[in-house]
Amino acid sequence: MTRTTQWVYGWLMLLPALFLLALFTHYPAVANLWHSFFSTPRASRPAVFIGLDNYRTLVDDPIFWQSLINNLWYALGTIPLSIVIALAMALWVNGRLAGRGLLRLAYFTPTVLPMIAVANIWLFFFTPEYGLLEQLTRSFGFATHNWLGSKSTALPALMIVTVWKEAGFFMIFYLAALQSMSPHLAEAAAIEGASRWHFFRRVTLPLLMPTTLFVLVNAVINAFRLVDHVVVMTRGGPDNATSLLLFYVFETGFRFWDSSYAATLTMVLLAILATTALLQFFVLDRRVHYQ
Amino acid sequence: MSYARLSRWLAGCAGALVSALAFAQAPVEVSFYYPVAVGGPITKTIDGYAAEFEKDNPGIKLRPIYSGSYQESIAKALTAVKASDPPVLSILLSTDMYTLIDEDAIIPFDDVMKPADQAWAKSFYPSFMENSQTGGKTWGIPFQRSTIVLYWNKEMFKAAGLDPNRPPQTWAEQLDYAQKLTKRDASGNVSQWGIQVPSSGFPYWLFQAFAIQNGVNLMNAAGTQTYYDRPEVIAALSYWVDLARKHKVHPEGIVEWGTTPRDFFERKMAMMWTTTGNLTNVKNNAKFDFGVAMLPAGKQRGSPTGGGNFYLFKKTTPAQREAALKFVKWATQPERAAQWGIDTGYVAVTPAAFETPVMKKYVQDFPPAAVARDQLPYAKAELSTHDNQRVTKALNDGLQAALTGTKTPEQAMKDAQREAERLLRSYK
Repeated sequence: MTRTTQWVYGWLMLLPALFLLALFTHYPAVANLWHSFFSTPRASRPAVFIGLDNYRTLVDDPIFWQSLINNLWYALGTIPLSIVIALAMALWVNGRLAGRGLLRLAYFTPTVLPMIAVANIWLFFFTPEYGLLEQLTRSFGFATHNWLGSKSTALPALMIVTVWKEAGFFMIFYLAALQSMSPHLAEAAAIEGASRWHFFRRVTLPLLMPTTLFVLVNAVINAFRLVDHVVVMTRGGPDNATSLLLFYVFETGFRFWDSSYAATLTMVLLAILATTALLQFFVLDRRVHYQ
Repeated sequence: MSYARLSRWLAGCAGALVSALAFAQAPVEVSFYYPVAVGGPITKTIDGYAAEFEKDNPGIKLRPIYSGSYQESIAKALTAVKASDPPVLSILLSTDMYTLIDEDAIIPFDDVMKPADQAWAKSFYPSFMENSQTGGKTWGIPFQRSTIVLYWNKEMFKAAGLDPNRPPQTWAEQLDYAQKLTKRDASGNVSQWGIQVPSSGFPYWLFQAFAIQNGVNLMNAAGTQTYYDRPEVIAALSYWVDLARKHKVHPEGIVEWGTTPRDFFERKMAMMWTTTGNLTNVKNNAKFDFGVAMLPAGKQRGSPTGGGNFYLFKKTTPAQREAALKFVKWATQPERAAQWGIDTGYVAVTPAAFETPVMKKYVQDFPPAAVARDQLPYAKAELSTHDNQRVTKALNDGLQAALTGTKTPEQAMKDAQREAERLLRSYK
């Protein structure tokens, strides 16, 4: 086979995937950027070019800023916690203990359930007076509290749901990584007399870094991508206390029918995700040890 | 299967297909989106209507399409309009009228109605028509409509030494009753609330009742002006906020709409405000004697109307429009409106429906069914303006801020009004 035919074969094989990627990822992103420079077309007046007007509106929009800040807190509250819990669960169910399969299944169940169903279950947990959480806190003598109905606790309540939902999913990746780790390492460390903590810190954790990077990327994307539970549990309330960026995009696009402003908001979301992905791959990746 | 049998079978299929196509070409096809917003087998009822209507009108093929919640339904309908494939007919919120007009999605019924139909168009309760007409034209026909009513637990009234058959008549009485009905233990924990008014999702609707009772509605009839910062409106909000924060007879924070009926069944509170659409639900699930009453009066009685209207879409053929109108008239005739009201708890939309024998008997056996009707003379149009969802959201945010204590009622309503003015300036 000559170099040219090889080259043609290569591109032909790439073509289907490239075509789909361009059609469903790259074209929408570019079209979205284009639309964000126009006004929303209405029946009586077609879209006109308005330059950066939408972006000026965005800077002055208090709900946008609140959604952004909410989302940052949400990311900060859910990502590290769910990763640590996932790792702890994986280490535990990786060991030899009775009922290990059942335990793994239990941890993974939240991931299998659809988010809408999960949100409805948690809605009941958080119900004031007779919800599960309330029955628990009241039996310890605490006063009743309206978890989803107060501005201070609504967002943390949603964070708990997310951590509960995500930790099991990330655990699977850690578990797979742990099981592919050679047992010789542990034996060698035991012969050298390394403590379990030392072995974990110096051997296990560095070897898990590729998995951690992968999980981190996923966790960051999910923190900006998952809003189903917001729709079911609080609809962004009370007074925008749980409005996340994507939820606000949805509200602007499909409740207010302001598609060009929704496109502008989407650009912000896109910029945030692109920056974090680049940071993760180019900065963190250098510190990751691959075997 | 032998070759001969196979070819015979194929020929049979082709023949059936050809005759099916020939048959399908003849009748006028009317697609019809409908949402489901209350419990019960609504889908079955609507399919039954379609079958019955087709039997009476062989030339028309009615295709009912379940389209989710109200919110999902308008999203689907407007997306379909943008893709140039709208339904012919749809049930959507009465408050979506301005949005649908601004999107140029619908036509007024006047364009299709003949002079003889005018009497039918006038047969509905006037308070339902407030949300269905603007600029002298009728854009919507009332179908599944509701108002807010007060439900109370008679056993709790008795236990608190109140007359179980006399609901509160005024704001002062409502507060007084609620204070008597709230139960606290020694450490101040509440085991039974006096009253509960839900405030999640669409608090503006419940709040509108307070405002109307205090003498003003929240917007003008043209949908271009809101009155959120009027002193009467601020006073109405103060009354609601004080129930929770000052008098502590109402749960604090945001009260979930969806779980409020359940709180009532669980005996967590003595009085609740919710839609008449919950009547059948409460009737089936409350294990105690309960009453239904008109909302108490402030300066006057009052409640907003709510619920869905029929709308006719623009990108349709004259034959389709005519067929759709025929169905709308068929579905709102007194006997059917009465049966629909009995099956769902919605308020039958015409006075004539309440004069039918079947409705008369139902009301006699179950008097609460008439409460919503009796309240209709005091009912006003639900909050609806141009750019409706945003203008409403400004109010919702303000209400929730006041109810959670982050803003004073005055500050919250002033902020909401400023935002609404900004949004509406281009429609004046």
